[in-house]
Amino acid sequence: MIPLEHFLVVSGALFSLGLYSVLARRNAVLVLMGVELMLNAVSVNLVAFSLFEDPRLFLGQIFAIFVIVIAAAEVGLGLAIILKLFRMRTTANVDAADAMRW
Amino acid sequence: MTSLQITFYLTAFLALAGGAGLAWSRNVVHAALFLILALLAVAGLYLVLLADFLALVQVLIYGGAITILILFAMMLTRARELPEAMDNPQKPWAGAVALLTFLGLVVVAYTTPWPGLAASSLAHIDFKEIGSSLFIDWAIPFEIASLVLLVAMIGAIIIARPEEGE
Repeated sequence: MIPLEHFLVVSGALFSLGLYSVLARRNAVLVLMGVELMLNAVSVNLVAFSLFEDPRLFLGQIFAIFVIVIAAAEVGLGLAIILKLFRMRTTANVDAADAMRW
Repeated sequence: MTSLQITFYLTAFLALAGGAGLAWSRNVVHAALFLILALLAVAGLYLVLLADFLALVQVLIYGGAITILILFAMMLTRARELPEAMDNPQKPWAGAVALLTFLGLVVVAYTTPWPGLAASSLAHIDFKEIGSSLFIDWAIPFEIASLVLLVAMIGAIIIARPEEGE
């Protein structure tokens, strides 16, 4: 059996890669993709914990399902906002969205 | 090495390769394809973790719906024609923060004494059990999640709809 620590290290590495692309990228679509990767890393962690803690309870799987639902909602809304930003500024650069008020 | 271990390390390598491609690729569409690779590899990790329903959902929602949505948004925002420095000037700081996060997570994973680790007997959960748990024990969160999806859908339609004169 694979030790729990290996799952934690893999998901930690995925989370860090997602964090890097959120912080370092300039295109809003790429930032959103980084957020998706971070959410996935957290779900892997939850499922691994629930399997190693109490396999009959599968709480982690339920949590991961809800994480996927919220991620789907977030992607839909985020991409709509990016489309609107592109229409107003003709760019999807996150630095272009600096107006707090119209 | 058992076949389970080989599968785990292979899918973990694929997931990390996809994540690295997303973080460092110079081409926007390549980054999206690397993201698909990472998400499908995460579905493989779910299979190793005996969560086959979750693996199926992952392939359907992430591998299908979300990546198609992202590719559509790239096409509509002409992400390929406007390269204009995909990376921020804060790149070194981002690298430092991500590296520190990773090191902190590794240290915590190896120094915390996780309770009940030995008991990990192989327990397969079938779809029926997950379904009844979702609709009986988690019925209210389930309904709220569907409401969240409805609100997000209406919001996305209203935000993305072109206004008069555009």
